[in-house]
Amino acid sequence: MAKPMDQYKWHELKVGCVIEEVGNAVEYKTGDWRSSKPVWSDEKCIKCGLCWLFCPDAAIYQKDDGLYTANLDYCKGCGICAKECKPGAITMVEEER
Amino acid sequence: MTTKKGIEVSIAASIAAKLARVEVIAAYPITPQTHIVEHLSEIVANGELEAAYVNVESEHSAMSACVGASAAGARTFTSTSAQGMELMHEILFIASGMRLPIVMAAVNRALSSPLSIWGDHSDVMAARDTGWIMLFCENGQDVVDSIIMAFKIAEDRRVLLPVMVNLDGFSLSHVIEPIDLPSQEEVDSFLPPYNPLYTLHPDKPVTMGAYAMPELYTEAKYGQEMAIYNSKAVVKEVMDQFSKQFGRTYKPVETYNVENADTVLIALGANNENFKTAIDALKEEGKELGLISPRLFRPFPAEELLNALRGKKTVAVMERVMPGGAMNGPLFNEIASLVITNGLNIRLENYICGLGGRDVQTYEIVEAYDEIVSSKKVVHADNKNFGVIGVRS
Repeated sequence: MAKPMDQYKWHELKVGCVIEEVGNAVEYKTGDWRSSKPVWSDEKCIKCGLCWLFCPDAAIYQKDDGLYTANLDYCKGCGICAKECKPGAITMVEEER
Repeated sequence: MTTKKGIEVSIAASIAAKLARVEVIAAYPITPQTHIVEHLSEIVANGELEAAYVNVESEHSAMSACVGASAAGARTFTSTSAQGMELMHEILFIASGMRLPIVMAAVNRALSSPLSIWGDHSDVMAARDTGWIMLFCENGQDVVDSIIMAFKIAEDRRVLLPVMVNLDGFSLSHVIEPIDLPSQEEVDSFLPPYNPLYTLHPDKPVTMGAYAMPELYTEAKYGQEMAIYNSKAVVKEVMDQFSKQFGRTYKPVETYNVENADTVLIALGANNENFKTAIDALKEEGKELGLISPRLFRPFPAEELLNALRGKKTVAVMERVMPGGAMNGPLFNEIASLVITNGLNIRLENYICGLGGRDVQTYEIVEAYDEIVSSKKVVHADNKNFGVIGVRS
C-alpha cells in the first residue's frame, strides 16, 4: 500500500476494495506476530530441508552453505519447523522485546 | 410498438433476462423453485441465448458462482426463493461488499417451519440489510421492466451494486398476466453491454475480496454504504429513462388515491393490487383511503416517502412477515423511524397479512380501515403492537 492502513480515508479505497498492485502482500511484515523464533543448531542440522518444505509461510530459505534459516520479516513463529525437524536441530526461543 | 401477450410471469422474467443478454446464469433448483431459471435453461439449451448456464450443487454455490462470474466481468443473473435465499444469505453480503452488479429475481415466499411453498416476504425481509438494492413489483409488467432496469442500475459506474428484483411467490410468479414484452432492439438501445471496472483476468491481475484489518474495515463499509445511499439518484435516472423510452412510468415511490385521503396504507409488492381494489370499494361507500407503494425499498427512499406522508393523519403499514419477537414488522419500524425523526405528527398502525400464501380479501381491508380510522382495537388482539389480519382467535 502506498501509505499505512490507518491513514486511508473511505473514498480513497478502490470500489469493492480491489487491490490493483500485484504481490503487495510482501509489504505486510507478518513477522510482527511472532512471540518465539526458530533457532538452528548447525551441528545437528542434516540439511534434509523438511523445515523449508513444511514452513506454511515460505519464510525458511537455504543459505549458500546448505544450512537453513528463517526470514524473520515473515516468520510468524508457529513452530511447525521445530516440530517436524527429525534431528531436533531447531529450538523455538522466546522473543525478547 | 409491441402488443400485450398472456404469459406466466416467471416465464416473462426469464425472457426479460434473455432480452438483457445475460452471459452467466448459475442456479440450483431447490424446492421451492419457479420457472424462471428452468425456462432460462431451455432458452440456453435451445441456443437462443449465448450464455453459460452453470448447474451448481446448492443455492450457496449458485450465488458463489454468480460472484465469480460477475468478478470475471460477465453480466450475471440468478433467481431464488424462500429457503434457497436463506442458503445464499452469506454470499449476498459478499456480492454487495465486492460491488458486483449481479441481478437476482427473488420470488418471495414463506420460510419453513412449518413447511410452505407459498408467498410472503419472510425471505426478503431476512435479507433486507445485505447491501443489495431492492426493487418490489406489483404485477408481471413491473417484473419484466424491473429486471431490464436492474441491470442498468447495477452496472452504472456510480453504483456497481447487486440488485434484487422482488416478486411475490404464486400471486405473481405463477399467474398468467398480459405483458408487453419489449423487442430485442428496444432493450439493446436501452441497455448497453456491461463494461466492468475491474475484472479477474490474467493479463491484469487484481485482488478481489481481500481481508481488511480493523484499521480499514470501517472505511470499507462506509464506502459501500455511501454507494448504496447515492445509488438512489441513478435508480431515479434509470426509471425516468425507461419511462421515456418505453412509455411505462416508474418512480421509487408510487401512490394511489393519497391526494384524497387522510389515512394511507404503506405496503410492498403484489398485495398492493388487492389494496387498490379495496380502496376503490371504500370509495364507493364514500370512504377515502390512500396507498403508498415503495417500488424501491433499498436504498430506503426517505425523501419520496416523506413527500407522500406529509399532512396525513394515520398510516397503516401492511406487511407480509411476522415480526419474530420485534416490536413491529420491519417496514413499520423504518416508517416509524422516518416519521419520528422528521417530527411528523402521524398516527402509526401496523398490520401483518398475507402470510404463507393467505389471500388478503377486500372485505378484510375494508374492516381494517374501519378499525384504523376509529382507533378501536379489534384486530389488535393479545396486547401486541400490531394486528394480524384474518387470524382465527
